[in-house]
Amino acid sequence: MNKTLNNRAWFMVLPVLLLVAFNAIIPLMTVVNYSVQETFGNNLFFFEGFKWYEQVLTSSRFHASLTRQIIFTLVILAIEIPLGVAVALAMPRSGPWVPVCLVLMALPLLIPWNVVGAMWNIFALPDIGLLGYVINAIGIDYNFTRQPGSAWFTVVLMDVWHWTSLVVLLAYAGLRSIPDAYYQAARIDSASAWSVFRYIQLPKMRRVLTIAVLLRFIDSFMIYTEPFVLTGGGPGNTTTFLSIDLVKAALGEFNLGIAAAMSVIYFLMTLLACWCFYTLMTRGDEQ
Amino acid sequence: MRLRWLVPTVYIIFLMLPIYWLINMSFKTTNEILGGFSLYPRNFTTASYVEILTNPVWYNGYLSSISYVVINTVISVTVALPAAYAFSRYRFLGDKHLFFWLLTNRMAPPAVFALPFYQLYSAINLFDTPWAVALAHCLFNIPLAVWILEGFMSGVPKEIDETAYIDGYSWPRFFVKIFMPLIASGIGVTAFFCFMFSWVEMLLAKSLTAVAAKPIAAVMTRTASTSGYELGLLAAAGVLTIIPGALVIYFVRNYIAKGFALGRV
Repeated sequence: MNKTLNNRAWFMVLPVLLLVAFNAIIPLMTVVNYSVQETFGNNLFFFEGFKWYEQVLTSSRFHASLTRQIIFTLVILAIEIPLGVAVALAMPRSGPWVPVCLVLMALPLLIPWNVVGAMWNIFALPDIGLLGYVINAIGIDYNFTRQPGSAWFTVVLMDVWHWTSLVVLLAYAGLRSIPDAYYQAARIDSASAWSVFRYIQLPKMRRVLTIAVLLRFIDSFMIYTEPFVLTGGGPGNTTTFLSIDLVKAALGEFNLGIAAAMSVIYFLMTLLACWCFYTLMTRGDEQ
Repeated sequence: MRLRWLVPTVYIIFLMLPIYWLINMSFKTTNEILGGFSLYPRNFTTASYVEILTNPVWYNGYLSSISYVVINTVISVTVALPAAYAFSRYRFLGDKHLFFWLLTNRMAPPAVFALPFYQLYSAINLFDTPWAVALAHCLFNIPLAVWILEGFMSGVPKEIDETAYIDGYSWPRFFVKIFMPLIASGIGVTAFFCFMFSWVEMLLAKSLTAVAAKPIAAVMTRTASTSGYELGLLAAAGVLTIIPGALVIYFVRNYIAKGFALGRV
């Protein structure tokens, strides 16, 4: 759509700008402020320069939680994207079952995140939870509060349960936008299922899949509530992801400088991801 | 190819199992839960639900959650409407940067903001009120609302605006009388997503409340940790938080993808 130049449009944007700025800029400035200061209580602050940043960037604790976070995000993407596309491809394209599928699949997306954690806790308890009981019954020793391996398995499975539907819904929306004529042409050429996927469906889904990958990347990068409720970051620190570590440092240990420096670094990382997201998405808009 | 329906079926069964287990637990007595593994409640009881619906600690948790969610939805949609119109119809100084900046707030980790929010809302005396949480959730809900609405508004041809102006409509009158009815479904979908994202977010809601405005999530966490193993109660409370989403999901089924993708599908 060709838009007209009108700088008075700023007045329409102003309320949004004020409200979001109040919530975004003041807290962000507070964080930046703390990240360069040292305090000994009594509201006395001293300028410290980049000391906290150096400490965070060289601390093995930060490296460990960042590594865990990256591994978690990569594992999540590697499972959820192919699985979501596969389910979307197998879904009926029309008929009475479509709304049923859509509604049931979207259900996990609408459950409060702490309830997701609590639900999986109950589901995976080794003695009385369905998942834990079944795994132990087939002879595998499983206890997600004690064994790091089981904890990771449970956290990943929970995230797959929680968010794969997002990929399914997006991929399905992309598939539905393909006109029937494309499939008819493919049938006339007697194309195989694989080449229909490779040359018709995949290119048509490229845009929605970009959105799916980036949304899942960013949302899994800031995951907090679900693993916190499920495992509390344990056993030990094995499922302490970046957000959990950050809240621990800020509200648990009240280590303001460290927590603030971590926040700024964390925020810059998401900002970078966000910029990639925006560039890829608006490039898609122009096509 | 005949067995293609198996894939979504198996997937949906996988999705339903933990939910079934939660519902199953919520109808069991504490003795039965701790007594051992059982696939369905043998001594069917609704005691957990009765407890939640009659104990003020529990139902106040729901009421405060609902109140901040509703306040937030109203604020977000109201301020996002004119802004989304501006983004979809006009070019203005810094529009692209502003649009991107809004997005960064949707993508910012709430954990970064938990501590400064606590201090900010304490400083303006809103700590432990629904207003604090409602305003804090604007951080990600207003950008979401602007993006989704912009997606819907861009689907309305610009000629409609121009015809209305020629017919002598002022902008506010045109917007309310003609434009809003045209994107009514978009407004509904946006309100649904604001409601949902405010309803599912717990980190900020928990750190901005203490006693009076405690959301249901915080009540649940406290129950889980202090009174030991009241799993039946916890499960029943969980089931009750799923219901609002489950009730309205049917109406937005065709727009779910659009909403989660910020109006870009």
